Amino acid sequence: MEALDLDYMMGLVPILLRYLPLTLGMALAAMVLALVLALILAMIRVARVRILNQIVQFFISFFRGTPLLVQLFLFYYGLPQLMPAFSAINGVQAAIAGLTLHFSAYMAESIRAAILGVDRSQWEATQAVGMTQVQAMRRIILPQAARIAAPTLLNYFIDMIKGTSLAFTLGVTEMMGAAQKEAASSFRYFEAFLLVAIFYWVVVEALSVVQRWLEVRMNRALAR
Amino acid sequence: MIAVTGLVKAFNGTPVLRGIDLTIQPGERIVVIGPSGTGKSTLLRCINFLDHADEGTIRIGDLSVDVAKATKAQILAVRRRTAFVFQNYALFANRTARGNITEALVTVQGIPKAEATSRADEILRDIGLSDKADAYPASLSGGQQQRVGIGRALALNAPLILFDEPTSALDPEWVGEVLDLMRRIAEQRQTMLIVTHEMQFAREIADRVIFMEGGRIVEEGPPSQIFDAPRDPRTQEFLRRVR
Repeated sequence: MEALDLDYMMGLVPILLRYLPLTLGMALAAMVLALVLALILAMIRVARVRILNQIVQFFISFFRGTPLLVQLFLFYYGLPQLMPAFSAINGVQAAIAGLTLHFSAYMAESIRAAILGVDRSQWEATQAVGMTQVQAMRRIILPQAARIAAPTLLNYFIDMIKGTSLAFTLGVTEMMGAAQKEAASSFRYFEAFLLVAIFYWVVVEALSVVQRWLEVRMNRALAR
Repeated sequence: MIAVTGLVKAFNGTPVLRGIDLTIQPGERIVVIGPSGTGKSTLLRCINFLDHADEGTIRIGDLSVDVAKATKAQILAVRRRTAFVFQNYALFANRTARGNITEALVTVQGIPKAEATSRADEILRDIGLSDKADAYPASLSGGQQQRVGIGRALALNAPLILFDEPTSALDPEWVGEVLDLMRRIAEQRQTMLIVTHEMQFAREIADRVIFMEGGRIVEEGPPSQIFDAPRDPRTQEFLRRVR
């Protein structure tokens, strides 16, 4: 058995660090887009908008029922074959789009459950003071639903950060791609991939700290 | 003047209100009593469209609504002319005591925030909760929460405040403070329609007591008549049981 080449690993740190912004950038962009999309999907589900509701259910069923990797391949490699316009999309854009669609399906269901989880009396109180449904949703229901959904949504964000590593399969050189390239030339696969693992791990742990802080903050109104 | 005519409501085929006619004069304080499950709360909830009645009309001042054909705009208009105090308080959990009072003033009535805040502070003083202005509902006692609930209703300046068993969910130790507050509101001749099981309180503040049973108004009159000389055997029977 060969010893771990620590010097080589340390040398890789600045190289991988250069790709960290791309990884985080993709995750952040996908998270923001997915949240917006999920909110719209959840509203359609909660309000049971005719026809749209069925379409949304189908959308959610597909994106939850198939692997992210398959979805990425289908859209990035498959779709341009049918619709050539899609060949203009680059790997980063395709990865962000794929992550957005995939995770918005999950997030829509958590947001919907959170909205339905807000106590009925809160709805009645908004009605009794004469608020419109939109006012009620925006001012009273959604803020409370956000508190319920926040831990789950942050978990999806963590999944998303890790999911960006799949962009590598679309030819994007992000952290995983960079590690793969380095390893291929040095044959130091273990060091390279161990370092990538540590990178993701540190980022996710840092996010968990934020998560705990947010939960304490958001639950202040509920503290007795 | 507020008038309810021919109000009918069924839940899944089970009739709960079987034709309620009720006229309320401005400044009148009416208490509705009766056995559980006779539609007292449903009557209040239908007046505010928290439950949607099947038939009847609701008139508040110059606004008259046929409930069977009520539009969204009409429902909103009725709600904006009534205020509601809930049995379970139903305070906005994500708003402070002050925020609960200002919320509708700002969002619904379009009153500038500063003005709404000063009005809320006035009301908080009135209900004796100035020191709890920034507290969230979860940190308040039941009695305090219900006083905020009443404050929220008062702030709306509605021609009619509906009280749906406002003390029924309270621990006995908090009932007194809520009834005291309601007494003070009644003294200001605020138009009130109250469902309660507090008979002594009803006798003290009501201009008129309504006895309901089986989805109908069985008997109504001044408290002295209803409590001391009830005419209908059902009223007599009910009062015998609650005493």
